[in-house]
Parts: sequence; C-alpha cells; structure tokens
Amino acid sequence: MRLGLYPGCSLLGSSREYAESLRAVAAQLGIEWQDVPDWNCCGASAAHSLNHDLALALPARILAQAEKAGIEELAVPCSACYSRLAITRHELLADEKLRRKIAGIIEMDLECKPKVLNVLEVLTRFTAGGLSDKVRQPFKRKVACYYGCYLVRPHKVLKFDRVEDPQSMDEIMKAVGADPIDWAYKTECCGAGFSVSRTDLVAKLSGKIVDDAVRRGAEAIVVACPMCHVNLDLRRGAIEKHKGRQYSIPVLYISQVVGLALGLDDQALGMHRHIVPVVFSEPREAGCCCAGHGEAAAPVGATEDEH
Amino acid sequence: MSHAVHESHQPASLADRVLESTGESAAQCYQCGKCSAGCPLAEEMDYSPSQILHLLQLGTKEMEERALRSEAIWLCLTCETCHSRCPKEVDLAKVMEYLRSESMARGMVNPKAKDILAFHKSFLDCIKYTGRLYEVGLISDYKTRSWHFLQDLTAVPRLLKRGKMKFLPHLIAGRAAMSRIFHLTSQRKDNHE
Amino acid sequence: MSRIGVFVCHCGENIGATVDCAAVAKSCGDLPGVVVSTDYKYMCSDPGQNMIKEAIRDQKLTGVVVAACSPRMHEPTFRRACAEAGLNPFLCEMANLREHCSWVHERTPETTDKAIDLVRVMAEKVRRNRPLYPIKVPVTKTALVLGGGIAGIQAALDIANAGHKVVMVEREPSIGGHMAQLSETFPTLDCSQCILTPRMVEAARHPNITLYTYSELESVEGFIGNFKVRIRKKARSVDEKLCTGCGLCTQKCPNKRIPCEFNAQLGLRSAIYVPFPQAVPNKPVIDRERCTFFLKGKCKVCEKVCPTKAIRYDQQDEIVEHDIGAIVAATGYEVKGTDFFPEYGYGKYKDVITGLQFERLASASGPTQGVMKRPSDGKTPETVVFIACAGSRDPAKGIDYCSKICCMYTAKHAMLYKHKVHSGKAYVFYMDIRAGGKMYEEFVRRAIEEDGVKYVRGRVARIYEEDGQLIVKGADTLLGGEPLEIKADMVVLASAMVASPGAEQLAQTLKVSYDPYYFLSEAHPKLKPVETNTAGIMVAGACQAPKDIPESVAQASAAAAKVAGLFSQSELSREPIIAVVNRSAPPLFSTCVGCFLCESACPYKAIEREEIRGRDGQLIKTVAKINAGVCQGCGTCVALCRSKSIDLQGYTNDQVFAEVMAL
Repeated sequence: MRLGLYPGCSLLGSSREYAESLRAVAAQLGIEWQDVPDWNCCGASAAHSLNHDLALALPARILAQAEKAGIEELAVPCSACYSRLAITRHELLADEKLRRKIAGIIEMDLECKPKVLNVLEVLTRFTAGGLSDKVRQPFKRKVACYYGCYLVRPHKVLKFDRVEDPQSMDEIMKAVGADPIDWAYKTECCGAGFSVSRTDLVAKLSGKIVDDAVRRGAEAIVVACPMCHVNLDLRRGAIEKHKGRQYSIPVLYISQVVGLALGLDDQALGMHRHIVPVVFSEPREAGCCCAGHGEAAAPVGATEDEH
Repeated sequence: MSHAVHESHQPASLADRVLESTGESAAQCYQCGKCSAGCPLAEEMDYSPSQILHLLQLGTKEMEERALRSEAIWLCLTCETCHSRCPKEVDLAKVMEYLRSESMARGMVNPKAKDILAFHKSFLDCIKYTGRLYEVGLISDYKTRSWHFLQDLTAVPRLLKRGKMKFLPHLIAGRAAMSRIFHLTSQRKDNHE
Repeated sequence: MSRIGVFVCHCGENIGATVDCAAVAKSCGDLPGVVVSTDYKYMCSDPGQNMIKEAIRDQKLTGVVVAACSPRMHEPTFRRACAEAGLNPFLCEMANLREHCSWVHERTPETTDKAIDLVRVMAEKVRRNRPLYPIKVPVTKTALVLGGGIAGIQAALDIANAGHKVVMVEREPSIGGHMAQLSETFPTLDCSQCILTPRMVEAARHPNITLYTYSELESVEGFIGNFKVRIRKKARSVDEKLCTGCGLCTQKCPNKRIPCEFNAQLGLRSAIYVPFPQAVPNKPVIDRERCTFFLKGKCKVCEKVCPTKAIRYDQQDEIVEHDIGAIVAATGYEVKGTDFFPEYGYGKYKDVITGLQFERLASASGPTQGVMKRPSDGKTPETVVFIACAGSRDPAKGIDYCSKICCMYTAKHAMLYKHKVHSGKAYVFYMDIRAGGKMYEEFVRRAIEEDGVKYVRGRVARIYEEDGQLIVKGADTLLGGEPLEIKADMVVLASAMVASPGAEQLAQTLKVSYDPYYFLSEAHPKLKPVETNTAGIMVAGACQAPKDIPESVAQASAAAAKVAGLFSQSELSREPIIAVVNRSAPPLFSTCVGCFLCESACPYKAIEREEIRGRDGQLIKTVAKINAGVCQGCGTCVALCRSKSIDLQGYTNDQVFAEVMAL
C-alpha cells in the first residue's frame, strides 16, 4: 500500500520517536510512505489564532505539493496537523471563490484532491485485514486510549468515529492484544498549544487526564498526537507539582504499541526518547482486581522537577 | 448559511461583522450554557463562552468592548468541544477566532494574554523564514518576547540527551514561497473576507 | 340563451381603492349574454345578497358572476344566495378582483382593465356552466379508533355514548397506553392508574365498543362514510374465550429473564405474560420471539398448568374486516431512550434513566414497588439530577420542537423523589419553565418553595461515571455561565417526546399527511385541530403533537364530536366537481377504449371498470367508470385520457377553453 505522508514539524524534533515507530511499523505492514516533497509547517494553532488567511494558506501549500506529487491519500500522523489539513480542505472545497483566492496566495494550482487521513484511519485498514495475525507479542496491558480533541472534532468536517466515547483506537488496541479501559477523559483537551505559554493550564488539564487514567487502572496512556504526548509526558513534572503526587504511568504513541506487538524492539521504536520511562511492573493476570492499579514500582530515572 | 441581516443606518455591530465573516449568528444562541459547561478552561475565564456570545447579542459598544478586551478569547484552546455539543450548532470556536483577530486589529488585547500571544508570534516568526518549526529558535524568540528567560531551562538538556532537539533549522526549498505567503496574508487589513 | 348578471363588489377600500368598480360594472354590461351589471360596496352583506337574489328573480337570470374577493372566502355565501333565489348554485362563479387584482397592483388604468378582463373570462365560463347536483353517499355509523391510550379511550367512550358503534384497535396486549405507566399525574398528583383503569374497564365493557387488542391496522380502503378496514389480530397463542385470567401460566413460566416493556426495561417479565396486573383484557400473550417453545421446541409448561386448556401454540394471525364511517387516529407517542445521548453515555450508564423509567421506579406497581432504588445497585440515591430539555429544542439532534410536558413532569419527579427520600438532594437543570396550564405554575413553585428542589438554569455538557457516582458537568447561566459540577447517584433525562414507532407507515396507510417529525397533520393549525386533510379521518392526542393528558382528553372528545356530527346524517353530501366518463347510445356506448391509463394515474383509486354487456349477456366492452363518492376532482385523468372521453363537471374542457380564449 502506498500512502502519502505529511510528517509535520514535531515528528522531526521533539516527537521523533513517533516518526521512527511509524516508519518501522509501516515497513512491517507493507505500507510505503511517499513523503510530501518540500513540505512546510502547517501553522498549527499559531496561524489559526492570529491570521485566518495564513491558517488556510499554509496547509493549502501542503495539499498543493501533495497533489503535484500525485498523492491521492495523505496520512497525517500529528492530530493537530491533521485537523488543519482536513478543515482547510473542507473549507476550500466548499467555497470556490475562497479556494481561488488561496491558490493566488500560494501561487500554485490547488484542487484539494488528496484525501486527508489520520493515523487511526490508516491503522484501522489493517485491523480488519490481518493485523492480529501479524502480532507476535500481544501487548497484554490495560491501556487508556487518549484521542484528544482533533481526531474527532469538528465532527461535521472530519466525520470520523464517534464524537463522544470514540472506539477506533480501542479497536486497534484490542487487535494487538491490549485491554482498553473505559474512562472519562478520552476526548478532553490536554491543553494543546499552551504547553510553553501557559504551562500551568496544561498541568491542570493534562493532570486530570493522567489522574483519571491511573485511577481506573491503566498501565499506559496511548496517544496519536505529538502535542498531547508532550503535555502528558514532557510536562509530567509540572503535572506532579500541580497535583502534589507522583505519576509514573508512561505515555506511548499508538505506533509504538503496535510496533511492540509486532515484535519490534524498544530501540527501533524510540522508547528511550520519552521523558517518563516506559516501564511496567509485573505482568498482571486478567481479572486481577487489587487496588492501586497502574502505579508501577518507582522507575529508574524518576522524572525531574520542572520549574 | 448566512441569515439575512436587516438593512439599517447604524454601523454594523460586532455580531453583524461576525456573521458576515464567519457565517455564525449570535442570535441563534439561546444561552443554554452547554458550551460553558463543557469548556475545559471555562473556570479560568473572566467571561464564560456563553457570556461572550451574550455580550455580542446585547450589541452595545460597551458590551462589545468587554468581549474584545477579555482574556477568555485568548484562553480558548480551539478544542471545538463547545461546537460539538451546541444544540443550535453555533461554531463558537470560529467566533472566538474572529474576536481574537478583531481584538488584535483594534489594539484591545487583554494584557494577561501577552504570553499566549508572544508564543504564537514567535511560532510564526520561526516558520516564516525556514518553512518548518525550529524549536531552538522558537524558544529563544519566545523568551525574548516574554522575558521568561529561565523557563524550561531544565528541559533543554533532557531533550538534547534524547535527541529530540536539533541545533540547526530545517530549511525547505520553498522558503521564498513561504515568505511570499506571509507577506501576502499580512497585507490585508482585515484577515477575514 | 344566456342571461347573466354581473355584480361587482368594492369590498370597502380593498378593491374600490385600486379598481374603478363602477367602470368595471359599466363595461361589463356590454359583454355578450350579460343582461344586468352593477356594483355595490359590500356584496357579501345582506343587502348585497338581496340585490343578487332580486336580480335573479326579476331578470330571470341563468347565470351569475360575482366580481369580488377570492372564492375561497365567499363562494359558499353567494352560491347559497343563488340557491335561495331558485338558481342552481353551480351557475354562480366568482371573479377574484381582490387577491388577483387590487391587492397585487397599484391604482392605474391597467388595473381596471385587468379587472374587466377577469370578469369577462368568468362570464364566458358561466355561459357554458350546467346545473350540478350534490352527490349523496351513505354513511356507515361505525367509527374506528386507532390506539387504546387515554385519547383513544376517551374518543371511543364519547362516540359509543352518543349511540354509535366503535371498533377500537390497540397494538399492545392491553389498552391504557403510556398513562398506565405513570405513577402520579400533575398537577394534582392523582394516582395515574386509579383514574385510568375505570375508563379502561368501561371501554372494554361498553356494549357499543368492540375491542381488539394485540392487533394492528392492516389496510384502509374507501372514503368518508364508507371505509373498508382490515385489522390484523396478532396471535396471542391463547384462546381468549377459554382463558379466565387466573395468571397461573405467567407464574409458572420458567423463562423470566425478558426485559419488561411496561417497566421501560427496568424490570423483567416472563415469556407468557400480561403486561401489568390491571391490564384490560387480563389475558396473557406469548412473546413468540423469546418463548423457549417457539425458539427450541421445548418447555410447554404453560400448557400443562392451564386449568382451562386455553394455550394454543398453533394459533395464527387473523384478519377481520369492518365497514367504517369515520376513523380517529390516537396512536400516541414514544420517548427517546438514553442511547440517544452521546454526551450522556450512549445509554451505557445504568443510573442515567429517562423520565418514563423514573415513573416506573416511583410507581407502586413498578419494579421496586415505588421505593427509590437506583437501577445499578439498588441503593437509595441521595443526590438526583434531573435534566430538562434532553433532546428537545435541539436542532443538532434533529428535534427542534419543545416536548411540552417535560417541565411539568420534571417538577413532579423532583417532588416525588423528595417525598420518598426526605434527606435527598434534587437538582433540576433547565432552560425555561413552561407551565402554562391550569394550576401548573403553582405546581412548579411548590416543588421549588416547599419541597426544596434546586433549580439551576443551564444545560449539562456531559455525564461520566466515577467511583460509582455520576459526574454531571453543567453550567449556571444565571451566574454567568459558571461551570457547575454535581456528583449524582442517579440522573433522570426528560427525554424528547416523539411520534410512536410505525407512525409513518400508519399515515401512509390512512393517506393522512404528516410533518417531518411524523406527527400527523391537523387540517388547520388554529381552527381545525382535530380534523385532517383526509375527509373522515380525525386525529387526537400526542400522535398529532406533544401534549399532556388534559389536552389529549379534550382533543379526543372534540374528535368524537366531529364523528358524531358526521354520523348525525344518514347521507353525506359531496360537491359534484368530479370527473365523468362519457356514455352514449349503442353501438358506441362510450368513446372510452378501455386503456385504463386513468386508473393507474388516479391518486385516489376512484376509477373502476364497468362491463358493458349486450342483452344476451355477451361482454361488449369494458370501460372506465368514475366512483362519484371517491373522486376528488383533481383532473389528472381528464388530462391523460387519450380519447378525450373524460371531462370534469364544473370545469369542463369547453368551459376552460372559453376562459382562455376570452383573454
């Protein structure tokens, strides 16, 4: 299967383990990535917050580049980039005049033909057709699937999964042998683009997410977005300070979980790049109901305090 | 879809401008409060999301300024939770986007939002010249703007150790095109049509 | 030889200010066939009508044109006047100088010219009009009432007490409808079943009422006064004549794990069951889709224990036919389930329930005998949140309208809860309080002022479960939209009232119009609330729109009055504007060639086939024949007929061409 790929800026830098694990998993599943040539930043929340035309133009250039390269389906692993690209495509397809205006700004042909897919949509293609068969080491852990905001909202544009209590990530997890829990913060915002400018708010919002996952017995939080990962992982110190307690629950990218199940090794999947170490305590029996689930033994290299 | 706006000899109200630009009608809102109930940061806001819309509904100069000068519009995470639950299908996130834009244009940005604004501006400055985000550049630009020099200092060695921070920026081939895009989109006085 | 009278009305200023009526009258005096032409300020008034009557007598008029308002306004008025003067009413036509002329143009000479044209056109038609006589059809004085809820019962009793026969059809095994499920009714807090069951028994015992329960309407043919209905009596698997209602079978049935519909899925029932103890008739039914015998061929315990050998596993559905004169549709409503709400858990939280489910919890005959116990673990809920407008007034969920009864029953529920759990906390999240009926406002205030229910103005964004409690995330808009979180033990959703399942099919079977929400449409929203656009079919109760019990009862009695009015005559008069297939002398008999294109096109199934036979009985030809009782005069067959054998009385081809050519 050949799919276009828009990695996005985070996958080059602060979330490179997402890119590494995705490429490793793709190789196993027979996906050939065609990176969008000379891709630019999509503008994320910055353009969206300050300049409406820019917020459309930046993703439009990406779509135009993809189109020029003959890409028909464009996979976008970062949920925020996915949101910007999908919304831009939707708006420009609905308004001919606007599309021509933006085409004029980016100075390229723009038909918005490539379909924009998120990482769950890509992986779901395999759950029906043979993902379970390729699993060598079922990931027998209780996981909290964290979808975040941008995979399911705005529903009218994305038309993906259920807007409350989505299930697609849970299904992928089941296919690789994991046990997805039912929990209350699947789609509650982690604090998004405030990671640097209002870390206090991120600590508050992401803190609620981590706390709920831990209280309900999750052993790992699974994400599909670099921004969410940063807020739940890199900002763990701030969360712990805000909540006044420690949380050692690791945060894994969905591609890492799938990779582990497919038998790939930690190094290839970039597990060592996380701030919160990816360690689990003794494997638990199914149906074990003792209290205090989810709290692993104090790991080596505990999270340092952030100021 | 746009609704008819009655011809009048008064200058267009903020609600009218919002309708014109975004297609969202403040009159649709029946103040049920479901948006405020679900908004992750409603507790932190000076005006709740439904209150902001009510200020637009009232439409006097004083009420409109309260909305434009609020911190609330800058705390909006654009998470779209409000829109997904609104029974009248008002896209409040889109309205907030317009209000931010007008707030900036009229120099009414709430002082408490300066860090948020600084971050966004740093972000855009960064990608303007290189085409992709250059994290080191972003952080240093932000610190310069916000004067938070000591922030996240401990994060740097950890990120470096894990290979997650690059010292050199990526430069895309289409850099000139990027600068052109920025130039063309900044020329417009009102960035919405 | 035509002698036409033209009467031009000023209609005060309505026509007179824009059209020069005197000039119109003068000009029309010169039209061919017109012998008198005059104008007057108000033709519809008594003096105006007398003017027409005198002219008919004195001038021996053979036709009348009244140039005035729309015929929809006063055609009956002027036709009656002509009839009283001895002129066939169908020789009177109206030229619309108001809606078609003065109300849409400015005062110019062209406008007056147009008025003259309009009169000339009608004069040409009237010259060719023929006298027509109303068609009489017989009336079968039996009514069909669809639905055995409070509205259906009320309508049936009223019609039966008026001395007419009633056939009642109810889809469930017992009559009573949703009212039988309620615990207490507002604003009096009367026990619902206590006030309902006497009526149920009366309906079942009434000599004029034939009750079919566990039955559905199969088909309807015919027209007002002359319907033929077929009813499907579904197989109960019990011989009703032998069954004594002793209940032994339901006690002994080993399969008792079926969610009970009467208890709104909160309790369980057996496979052979009576929906509730006060059911009318008190005869059980076997749920063949879940009965062990029907699924696996084993068991048969009920047959073994039945003292009168009334069980009949091989019973089949039966179709019965009735001749009916009028139909009352009273098929009621349904409420949306908790699975309709994604933000409240898609129905997965057992302690998030609907208002109807709360009624069952509160009811003494319910699954908890009226004790407040929450469904998940049976504990007494100490904090209950009631959410009003759940699904209603919500265009995003496809229900724009207000369900009308929820504000009242939410207050009632909160009060009942407080009466049962004195230390409990009750919160109501509302948007508005709609309490317009008699004693309703006082009832709601009582909940707030005397029973201590806390009302919070705002909606709830989402509900999730944590540590055995439900976290309700709402907002208080009176505090500026401040988020308000409540940890509740139980949440009751006042979920939207919608048309009952199968409403669309029913409307199609009856050929009655319905709205986008499948509520049956009344003929006029203000002035005809119980009739439909289909002659002979009335509507009553919540199947027309959400409403409470007093309104349903009032509507039902109104529908019954309409039916009684219909049945007060032995014959019905119909307007003779119908199509007619020509007939002529032998050997032609008719120019109709028997292609029956008209039959396939007729929307009202008004076309029949007539065999024309010779004296020896030999079939000569089969031609089309219009049923005068059904035909609505739409003219479709007239337009389609390839041999031009059909014409429309009152609007013949001849007349219509003349109108066009006169322009």
